[in-house]
Amino acid sequence: MSEKPEKLIDKKGIRSDGRKADELRPLKLEVGVLPNADGSAYIEHGKNKILVGVFGPREMHPKHLSQSDRMVIRCRYHMAPFSVQERKSPAPSRREVELSKVVREALEPSVFVDLYPRSGIDVYIEVLQADGGTRCASITAASLAIADAGLPLRDLVVGCAAGKIDDTVVLDLYDAEDKLGAADVPVALMPNLNAVTLLQMDGILTPTEFETALNMAVEGCKKIYVIQKEALRAKYMTAKEELKEEVEE
Amino acid sequence: MPVFFEKKQLVTPGELLAEGEYLAGENTYLEGNKVYAQRIGLADAENKKVNVVALRAFYVPKPGDIVIGTVTEVGFNGWTVDIKSPYTALLRASDVLNRPFKPQNDELSQVLNAGDLIVAKIASYDRAHDPQLTVSEPGLGKITRGQIMHVTPTKIPRVIGKKGSMISQIKQATGCQIILGVNGVVLVTGKTTEDEELAIMAIEKIEAESHTTGLTDRITQLLKEEKAKLEEKKNE
Repeated sequence: MSEKPEKLIDKKGIRSDGRKADELRPLKLEVGVLPNADGSAYIEHGKNKILVGVFGPREMHPKHLSQSDRMVIRCRYHMAPFSVQERKSPAPSRREVELSKVVREALEPSVFVDLYPRSGIDVYIEVLQADGGTRCASITAASLAIADAGLPLRDLVVGCAAGKIDDTVVLDLYDAEDKLGAADVPVALMPNLNAVTLLQMDGILTPTEFETALNMAVEGCKKIYVIQKEALRAKYMTAKEELKEEVEE
Repeated sequence: MPVFFEKKQLVTPGELLAEGEYLAGENTYLEGNKVYAQRIGLADAENKKVNVVALRAFYVPKPGDIVIGTVTEVGFNGWTVDIKSPYTALLRASDVLNRPFKPQNDELSQVLNAGDLIVAKIASYDRAHDPQLTVSEPGLGKITRGQIMHVTPTKIPRVIGKKGSMISQIKQATGCQIILGVNGVVLVTGKTTEDEELAIMAIEKIEAESHTTGLTDRITQLLKEEKAKLEEKKNE
């Protein structure tokens, strides 16, 4: 585990992990990693490692949870016992129940739920390693997994956070910054429609600071969106390349 | 009125496809006067209609479709059938027996049991009701022999080919009977297992290369080569 740095950001504006104020952590996304699931995705966002599996659409079980006019999205955010330094009990904690709801509500507006009434999908989010900003990374990966399952979407949803450390507004907080910093603003966005589906704030910010943080997070989302789209394409890229050859022939 | 894609371009959900007086076709949606993609797939426009041929989708029942399903449960007056769709289908006992069904005379599990495969037609389906199946037509009913394979439902039209050119070619070359369920389940019945495996191999190739042109010729090639190999084996 990284030691707690004395200063989160130095005079030159370099953060304790060597990033600039508006710099994202390295990001890696992969689609279709679980053959048993209908759709799946894997994200590495800094030290975060998260696996998402989507099942469905299928008949809801138990049946009384199904809705006669819409599809139901069920979401489970879960952290593995080994995902953090101190063993985390595998039982769902208060925080996990809350995050499950928050992630579900961030994804719901992107799915055309009214097309397939009485059915349901299950989104299983498994955090293998956590290092701050897991809810945002979960949303990014879960949206990809849902698209991979073949569900109709308005747009992919991207998550990214901004926050305040030592009086500076910065992008994409990692664990130490999240815990020792002054504030955290996670945002989820549908970039093409310019619609925010998640906006939370933990900590204290002035209205102007909040605005800078929000704009910074939105810019971060847009950067991640490019990588996200590329990851989805990569699974079907063979399709595209072969097609190009055909055209050239 | 611009269009923002090239013909057969790979698009992701949420991608802006066209603006202006366009209609949203398959796997697209209209927001204001803008057309966006709903699924990952290949974009295409015909006249004023923008379509996306999905590379990943699931089967949604439509009355009249021929499907292949697995019986999952024997009920009081019928069976529930898994047809690889968000909704499980129902098959009524009276439909299979062709006469009124009396629970005291007929033991349903002797007609069709859980695990049996059937070819059936979707008799009715709408948003509010689960699909109803029927087998009261020639060629429908319980499957007794052959091999089953799965194909992405969106690729079934490609397996059929233009006016059935692709499928009839495979049928001719292998001597197999092939039933294509619109839900992506395919039944191949041939004289020998080798014939069936050859047909399956050809269909798998179609699925993997469904988006390419000149596929029919390549399938002809494949069938020829593999058949020659089989002949050689026989002669040894």
